[in-house]
Amino acid sequence: MSAEEPGRRNVERKAEHLLQVRGLSTHFFTPDGVVQAVDDVTFDVGYGETLGLVGESGCGKSVTALSIARLVPDPPGRIVAGQILFDGIDILKLDDDEVRKLRGKEIGFIFQDPLTSLNPTLTIGYQIAESIREHMGLPQKAARDRVVELLSKVGIPRAKDRLNDYPFQFSGGMRQRVMIAIALSCDPKLILADEPTTALDVTIQAQILELIQTLSSEFHTAVLMITHDLGIAAGMCHRVNVMYAGRIVETGTVDELFERPQMPYAWGLLDSLPRIDDVRGDRLRTIEGMPPLLIRPAEACRFNPRCIYARDVCREKEPSLTSRGTDTHMARCWGTEPGGWIS
Amino acid sequence: MTATLERPAAAYVHDKKNIVEVDDLKVHFPIRSGIFKTVAGSVKAVDGVTFEVRRGETLGLVGESGCGKSTIGRAMIRLREPTSGHVYFDGTDLGSLGGEALRKLRRKMQIIFQDPYGSLDPRMTVGSIVSEPIETHNLARGQAKRDRVAELLTLVGLDPKYVQRYPHEFSGGQRQRIGVARALAVEPEFIVCDEPISALDVSIQAQVLNLLTDLRKRLGLTYLFVAHDLSVVKHISDRVAVMYLGKVVEIGPPDQLYASPGHPYTRALLSAVPVPDPTAERKRKRVILKGDVPSPVNPPPGCRFHTRCWLYERLGKPENCKTIDPPLAELEGEHRAACHYADEARKTDVGVAHIDDRPVRHGTPDSALAWLKSENAEDPATVDATAATHLEAPAVIETTDAGVPKE
Repeated sequence: MSAEEPGRRNVERKAEHLLQVRGLSTHFFTPDGVVQAVDDVTFDVGYGETLGLVGESGCGKSVTALSIARLVPDPPGRIVAGQILFDGIDILKLDDDEVRKLRGKEIGFIFQDPLTSLNPTLTIGYQIAESIREHMGLPQKAARDRVVELLSKVGIPRAKDRLNDYPFQFSGGMRQRVMIAIALSCDPKLILADEPTTALDVTIQAQILELIQTLSSEFHTAVLMITHDLGIAAGMCHRVNVMYAGRIVETGTVDELFERPQMPYAWGLLDSLPRIDDVRGDRLRTIEGMPPLLIRPAEACRFNPRCIYARDVCREKEPSLTSRGTDTHMARCWGTEPGGWIS
Repeated sequence: MTATLERPAAAYVHDKKNIVEVDDLKVHFPIRSGIFKTVAGSVKAVDGVTFEVRRGETLGLVGESGCGKSTIGRAMIRLREPTSGHVYFDGTDLGSLGGEALRKLRRKMQIIFQDPYGSLDPRMTVGSIVSEPIETHNLARGQAKRDRVAELLTLVGLDPKYVQRYPHEFSGGQRQRIGVARALAVEPEFIVCDEPISALDVSIQAQVLNLLTDLRKRLGLTYLFVAHDLSVVKHISDRVAVMYLGKVVEIGPPDQLYASPGHPYTRALLSAVPVPDPTAERKRKRVILKGDVPSPVNPPPGCRFHTRCWLYERLGKPENCKTIDPPLAELEGEHRAACHYADEARKTDVGVAHIDDRPVRHGTPDSALAWLKSENAEDPATVDATAATHLEAPAVIETTDAGVPKE
């Protein structure tokens, strides 16, 4: 982690992409049947890139992140197929010890609820120093200095005096800052941020998002940003994957996705949002119905029961992710394919 | 409660246009400490708020957690006793009522809660949840009562054949519909909607929002819509009130309030709301407020927002912000803001979301809308999906007796 350019870390690249997820399927084996929470998901995250994973509850976005970190609770969950290459290493082939070395050091985490993800009985200073001692082998004094440096970096005033405070002495926004400090403590190459601001108020959310953005560009850290908020994705990400019912249904750069979305589910999501930048309408266009259950999903487009554009082909065969004009923009929809009826 | 009256009730004149009037309302929660539980201070959740809700309107009440918005909502239907001040419902001082008189008036005001999981008793069937208020107020019995429950469920878009089911068999959106049916059971005039869609997914939020809008029109209801989401409040409200630390800092019609906010806090709030448009996101001017909201136990003197105010810094920390609490003053028409320098704030473009007249891009492309229209022209029976959806029963999960979803 020697910084040759001031303010920007030179990351050694061992592969073309920092993260390559290939055909990932994570299933949950429940008494009611096999829930195909993530089903054949493929995507890349470049070095220093922020990739958004958006979708509604139960679409598989969090399970995707947990799979990357090998944190899927087993039982009932299991990664049944696929490959995850992180910086050239096949994560799924590592033993538990090797995975532990990767987690916290190379991959940092920021979860939704900063209260439950911090240990209430340990001081803030101890919790941040824990991973530094574990992964970087720094002596106590040096680890302490690093903690103070990290806390000031994430914007906690009088960092030195707060090392011995406990999580309950911090507000929600401050706890999330502590989480970010822990995530950054060992200069990770990738941060998995799972709904990092959902529990926070908008003004605090803006602070935290800005912090994640500045720090990730300063340290050249890639971020996998999981969110249900399309506004956050539009403001934070370089590229976005839209997930529905365990599948990626559309992927593209933010501009492609928000300017020319190519999947009726993405249209519906955008249309059902009330917006502050819009004139007030009377009614919102909604997506009727609910997401399907992921136990034995039918061989069909998974969105077809809720899709007002669906034709017979949508009910008979599942479309694959195909290009929409550029290398980066792909969608899973028969109707918007070149030559389709709504293209 | 009459002991805390600050001014004689005789000074009050009821305006027929208003259904609820809130006059200098304060709700303080005592903090007790030590073994004798002596009062060591108080949380000033609501600290001197005056406004009115007009008959038939939706008043949006927006602010961050802890600003007192939910407490106001509850005090307005007397689920909380005010520390001082008055709430008038249709000209009657709620504080002067008790027992039977209050119970009778309660029928006219109802509440819909945020949490569709916690606000329904898991051991009661949907039928008994919805019929309970009908029994409490002796509105109907026997077959008439059952008919009424079925009618209510239909009204909120649920199939009446599910009366025997339990809350856990329904999704979050459907549970919220049950909560709405329960509130409507006693034919209220005024409903406090306390963050009714915050716990729901985006596509389900839109369904419930549309339901609330339709019901209001159909039944001539008045809403107080409490929420933290500024976009939702803009969409649904006829007027919007912004709260900060127990006070209303700005109030007005949404078109004026969102386009030209007079309070620096409103501007900061608006600037923090992410917009689903990458181009606009890159161009917007953000004000990121520093620090957290101060404690409502010891709110800052003068204007409560001055400790975090960007305009205060910009204007070189004027003295009056620190000493004088600004009252709500008229900006134009019904738009009022509580800031000494509201005119200065309105000269900036901080926080305004809609910049350089960019047309707002929606999800569905015009070509797809045109296709839908042509498709539906062939078959007039098809719902007019282009004109948004209407009140329609949502798909109820088909479940087996054990509550397990059927294949």
